[in-house]
Amino acid sequence: MRKEIPLLITFLAGAFFIADYFIPHTGFSSWAETLNGWTIIVIAFAYVLGVANVARVNLDYIQRKGKDTPYKIILLVCLLFMMMVGIIWGIGEHTVFDWFFINIYSPMQAMMFALLAFYIASAAFRAFRIRSVQASLLAITAVLVMIGRVPIGEAIWKDFSNFSEWIMNVPQLAGKRAILIGAALGAISTGLKVLVGLERTHLGQD
Amino acid sequence: MSYQTLGIWIGALFTLCILSFLYKDNPFYKFAEHVFVGISAGYGVALQFHNVFLPNLWRPLMAGNLLMIIPLIMGGLLFTRFFASISWLSRWSIGMLIGIYSGIAIIGFGSGDLVLQIHGNLLPLWGTGLFTALNNWILTVGLIACLVYFFFSKEHKGSFGVVARIGIYFLMISFGASFGYTVMSRMSLLIGRFYYLYGDWLGILPQ
Amino acid sequence: MRKFLEIINTLDRRWIFVFIGLAVSLPLFFPIGIKFSVSHPVQGFYDTIEKIPDGSKILMSCDFDPGSMPELYPMTITALEQMFRKDLKVIITCLWPAGPPLVERALAHVGAEYNKQKGIDYVHLGFKEGKEVVMVSMGASIPNTFPTDYHGTPVSEIPIMQGVTNYREVAMIVNISAGYPGTKEWVQQVQSRYQIGLVAGCTAVSAPEFYPYYQTGQLKGLMGGMKGAAEYEKLVGVMGLGTRGMDAQSVSHLMVFAFILIGNLAYFTLKFMKRKESG
Repeated sequence: MRKEIPLLITFLAGAFFIADYFIPHTGFSSWAETLNGWTIIVIAFAYVLGVANVARVNLDYIQRKGKDTPYKIILLVCLLFMMMVGIIWGIGEHTVFDWFFINIYSPMQAMMFALLAFYIASAAFRAFRIRSVQASLLAITAVLVMIGRVPIGEAIWKDFSNFSEWIMNVPQLAGKRAILIGAALGAISTGLKVLVGLERTHLGQD
Repeated sequence: MSYQTLGIWIGALFTLCILSFLYKDNPFYKFAEHVFVGISAGYGVALQFHNVFLPNLWRPLMAGNLLMIIPLIMGGLLFTRFFASISWLSRWSIGMLIGIYSGIAIIGFGSGDLVLQIHGNLLPLWGTGLFTALNNWILTVGLIACLVYFFFSKEHKGSFGVVARIGIYFLMISFGASFGYTVMSRMSLLIGRFYYLYGDWLGILPQ
Repeated sequence: MRKFLEIINTLDRRWIFVFIGLAVSLPLFFPIGIKFSVSHPVQGFYDTIEKIPDGSKILMSCDFDPGSMPELYPMTITALEQMFRKDLKVIITCLWPAGPPLVERALAHVGAEYNKQKGIDYVHLGFKEGKEVVMVSMGASIPNTFPTDYHGTPVSEIPIMQGVTNYREVAMIVNISAGYPGTKEWVQQVQSRYQIGLVAGCTAVSAPEFYPYYQTGQLKGLMGGMKGAAEYEKLVGVMGLGTRGMDAQSVSHLMVFAFILIGNLAYFTLKFMKRKESG
């Protein structure tokens, strides 16, 4: 029964929410609202579980005395510090928690994502090779959209922006819509497989 | 030196530590990376505590809503994953979450994407202006060709193959547009960071 | 010539990083000020908010984090400017964990400028975990989903939240999103279900996939990336990071185009030379 009960719970939970979409009855909707509220709480526990796992993995590493042990200690100290400071002294503006978020977390996360600009330029130079008709079409569209969507495009040709807007609204849209429809069909079939129990990977191994 | 100035200096130094990765992996980058991971994990827990646990679980439970014991237990069951002998109990909570998200996804993708997107492509092919009609033809032919390409149960040969090839061309245009926009996005992020370093930290940008 | 092409072909990528760094930095110090026009989707975003009667309640969902701040924070600031000018009452939620402190800063900055009062003209409900589940839950009851605001004040005590049960009591939804959960989920779970007006600002990475939603009318307006933010700033009449970053955006795009061109020219010329030598 270790897999059957969870599968039954999966089916009942999913079917309930699908039914909620179609059943306007107030009593039914209020139960859906309650279940929604419970889900938000359980998901929050899942987030904390993830963090606890991070702590556990790093503690194991420290016990094994790997070469990056000092860094793992720093990680755990920062984790505990931020957690305690936030829980005990609050998370609003002008708190220590907020100061660390704005001055350490925020700049670092922003810079990590900004590094991608360098790598995309490097990839454009070293890996973007126009070897076929398809690749040429990709490259030409990329260049037209890249130049057309910035002010320099309008300075080169006043209708460049309108032309790149046409590319986005017509040929590009056709491809994206096909991907949307295909993805929707895939998501619906995967969702149904999960609900009826054909897809069980989320339950893990015995 | 005020806390704000100190904060900007510390933020800028950490930013430069991350930037140093461009040269090569180094202890400064590793230090900054581990500080970031620790702080972000701790941030998340504190946020969940104040924004979810307290208002949505603890206060209603203390006010007498005993039904809140159910999500408390379901959430607690997730932590049984750490104990091999009882880890199977966590499947109850995971099953509930997966079921709910699957149900919501079926409705969302069905109504929001599938039906409305097909409806949105049922466009008049004549009777409108020439430019609009041409655009509608391109949209219709493009969508059908791309969907034909995605049909892998039949070999792409003959006239079916020709239509599939047209579909590939439309998809290449889509991916090209996505690449162009991705370049725009990444460059924007770098512009923001340089604005922070030159403007907020060093204060050397012209007004 | 061949040696030059080989150097180009095997160029250390750190030189490319230097060129990109210069392409982005120099226009910040020597602005060019190239003019640009406003595109239809951004005009749609602006016009949809302008048409809302003054004093109405708007739900704004700020679903982003510091990683996408340069693109989305200017949009947030400018949207708040437009809404506060029209005396719209703004109810703000966040579905990304790192969003709330950024929203607090935006509100402190713009709210003070327009003398707007917390709880009366705007409220920041904070973050809830759950992604689409939160969206669906708000469709049933916003107060039950967000029993308190970000600072812990019960919503029953907040004037702007009086009479607000679910989406039917707000005039429209403004979504600023960096990915998942974001615009796509708002369209799927909320707009299609409750038929409520929805406009979105998103990162340039995700903008192309939302054009189908704009074409069907599921989105009444769409802003993509820093250029979208700049166009919106032009409409609202503010000078923000979006506008200031356009010159750097132009030069960096030209640089990437040059890289693609030079990279391919060098590669294929070298290949042609080698094939000619080998006979």
